[in-house]
Amino acid sequence: MKTETANKTQNVTEKTERITGSEAIIRCLIAEGVDILYGYPGGAIMPVYDELYKFKDQISHILTRHEQGAAHAAQGYARISGKVGVAMATSGPGATNLVTGIADAQIDSTPLVCITGQVASHLLGSDAFQETDIVGISTPVTKWNCQVTKASEIPEVLAKAFYIAKSGRPGPVLVDITKDAQFGELDFKYEKCKGVRSYKPVPDTDLEAVSKAAELINNAKKPFIVWGQGIILGQAEEQLKAVIEKAGIPSAWTILGASAIPTSHPLNVGMVGMHGNYAPNMMTNECDVLIAIGMRFDDRVTGNLSTYAKQAKIVHFEIDPAEVDKNVKTDVAVLGDAKSSLSALLPLLNENTHTEWHQKFKDLYAIEFEKVINDDINPTKEGLTMGEVLKQINIESKGNAAIVSDVGQHQMIACRYSEFNITKSNITSGGLGTMGFALPAAIGAKMAAPDREVVAIIGDGGYQMTIQELGTIFQNKVPVKIVVLNNEFLGMVRQWQQLFFDKRYASTEMTNPDFVTIAKGYYIEGKRVTKREELAAAVKEMIASKDAYFLEVCVEKEDNVFPMIPSGASVSDIRLS
Amino acid sequence: MNEEIKSFTISVYTENNIGLLNRISAIFQRRHINIESLTTSQSEIENVNRFVIVVNITENQAIKVVKQIEKQVEALKAYYHTDEETIYTESCMFKIKSDLLFEEPQIQNIIKDSNARIVTVNKKFFVLEKSGRRHEIELLRRELNVFGIMQFVRSGRIAVTKEEMKISEMLSAFNNQL
Repeated sequence: MKTETANKTQNVTEKTERITGSEAIIRCLIAEGVDILYGYPGGAIMPVYDELYKFKDQISHILTRHEQGAAHAAQGYARISGKVGVAMATSGPGATNLVTGIADAQIDSTPLVCITGQVASHLLGSDAFQETDIVGISTPVTKWNCQVTKASEIPEVLAKAFYIAKSGRPGPVLVDITKDAQFGELDFKYEKCKGVRSYKPVPDTDLEAVSKAAELINNAKKPFIVWGQGIILGQAEEQLKAVIEKAGIPSAWTILGASAIPTSHPLNVGMVGMHGNYAPNMMTNECDVLIAIGMRFDDRVTGNLSTYAKQAKIVHFEIDPAEVDKNVKTDVAVLGDAKSSLSALLPLLNENTHTEWHQKFKDLYAIEFEKVINDDINPTKEGLTMGEVLKQINIESKGNAAIVSDVGQHQMIACRYSEFNITKSNITSGGLGTMGFALPAAIGAKMAAPDREVVAIIGDGGYQMTIQELGTIFQNKVPVKIVVLNNEFLGMVRQWQQLFFDKRYASTEMTNPDFVTIAKGYYIEGKRVTKREELAAAVKEMIASKDAYFLEVCVEKEDNVFPMIPSGASVSDIRLS
Repeated sequence: MNEEIKSFTISVYTENNIGLLNRISAIFQRRHINIESLTTSQSEIENVNRFVIVVNITENQAIKVVKQIEKQVEALKAYYHTDEETIYTESCMFKIKSDLLFEEPQIQNIIKDSNARIVTVNKKFFVLEKSGRRHEIELLRRELNVFGIMQFVRSGRIAVTKEEMKISEMLSAFNNQL
């Protein structure tokens, strides 16, 4: 199958053929190795759907129940596979419904190509039916976008779109194609894009900066690494592991960096940030050299910048020059992709263990375990906790599942307590915080990695934002496991209301439907757990299921996620209760 | 880092593509920075456009904005400069009733002293054009305002830098790579 596709690519590059624009779009997608795309048809994209029908043995289109679902499914596909996710929609509302997913992909650096239909070029600007300026609307949330009004432009623009989406710091690209360009004809010849003169995807690694970084690290008494998604996007997991182990540096991760190094690795000291672990947040303000790799010092990571790691020298390994000195002033910036920079760094590092320094992390972990973690994962109170559900999932999946989380309390719990043995396993909306992300993203993840166990962890709020994608799961028989942690609240907002708004629970309480019946309405097997003694068996049954499975766990209504760095506070002001 | 707000001229070399103006102006809008003036034109290089954008911001902001502009796929290169580092000018036009030329002889002196140029004259009106620094143009506008101005328009700043811009080298390096 794979060689066939490769040969086809070869053929189309050798000679030209007279075909329609819409056929060219599909042929371009096939040439780029796209096997699945997600979308929703409509008037202005119908010629392309007609071609999808003809090419359905070579490329499958998954009909989601809403265009937002298509964008998130494409994101899930991209995040677990490292390939470009593709979403398609019609003009007007179809296109605007993609925007949330595009914005999410932009802030989380996810490679997407979104193709939207547009009204015929002679109607542009006439307020035609389902006309919207999607290029204008999507400009601030795309890495690149472009409108195509002639069939002949299609191959070059799509080649450029895939190249830009995937190269350097990845991101979403939108190509808007008018209906007349889809109907029009062209002499088709596909050549992959090899470069764009105004765009340098990966800055050259400056070896002098690498050696300065090595010197700082070698002289450090209390070095501390914080890695981000740059490790995963740059496929630098092995290089990072080698660096950490050789130099013996305690290392923590941002939410999107999770799973790049197994959770069980002795030098993996947990998550930084607002609901991250106690030790890495506290030690941020005690280390002498902070080595940030492929992360961007997001405000949820740094808390108050004026008190963030002020005592430390900052070394920043980063692919995007615009991130250097954006939030935190660096002492040494190493531009370039993580893999080549870390490869250059490794031989310059001295072997070390930093045993005493590492012990401090262990001591703080013991405090966090006693005050927070133990009650979360081994609760003795009556109500179920989110943490114990995650613990059961870890046990049953043996830490090999990909965890797709939505946004809120359950997300923080999922990131804190999931065990990850495999990279690219934490799929969540980090930067944008898009509720409704998980269910469709899990669909894309499962389809891109059918051999992996994919478990979506969702709150009762976010679940209802894209609940209609159960239809996509049912129709396409996508065997995802769906866990709704139901506390009948918009839990994270309620937590803030409790802590910062004197418990005025404005519009956060939810009266929920019978979720199991809804799942069953889509012919998805489901179960509701309300008691601790039912939990282990239910999780076991869910993981063992060969088909999609829905598990609702009714958890304690007013539990809070701790530790917590109150917004605007310093990382070392992290609260354990 | 210098936190003093001052006038910076941001020069951007770009591909000549639809939508790029929107993409670049959005970078300022998102950071709540008002654009004092913006001019786009062909640059010294064929098919390469140049934006000249004047903003009042801190140097720290200027550095970040320039990086964000350069991050845009179709932006070739961006620079920021202080007023002292550029040679800059603006251009303006006045449309004035022709009668005034004869009724108010002082106007002729104003024109002469300001180095303004008469572009056209007809029975109804004449058009005056002047290039120069903002304060020179403002002075001329105030002087002519006494007599009545039918129309006034002033361009954005255009500027060249004292420093060399190595765009051509950059482009030929790219061509050699391919």
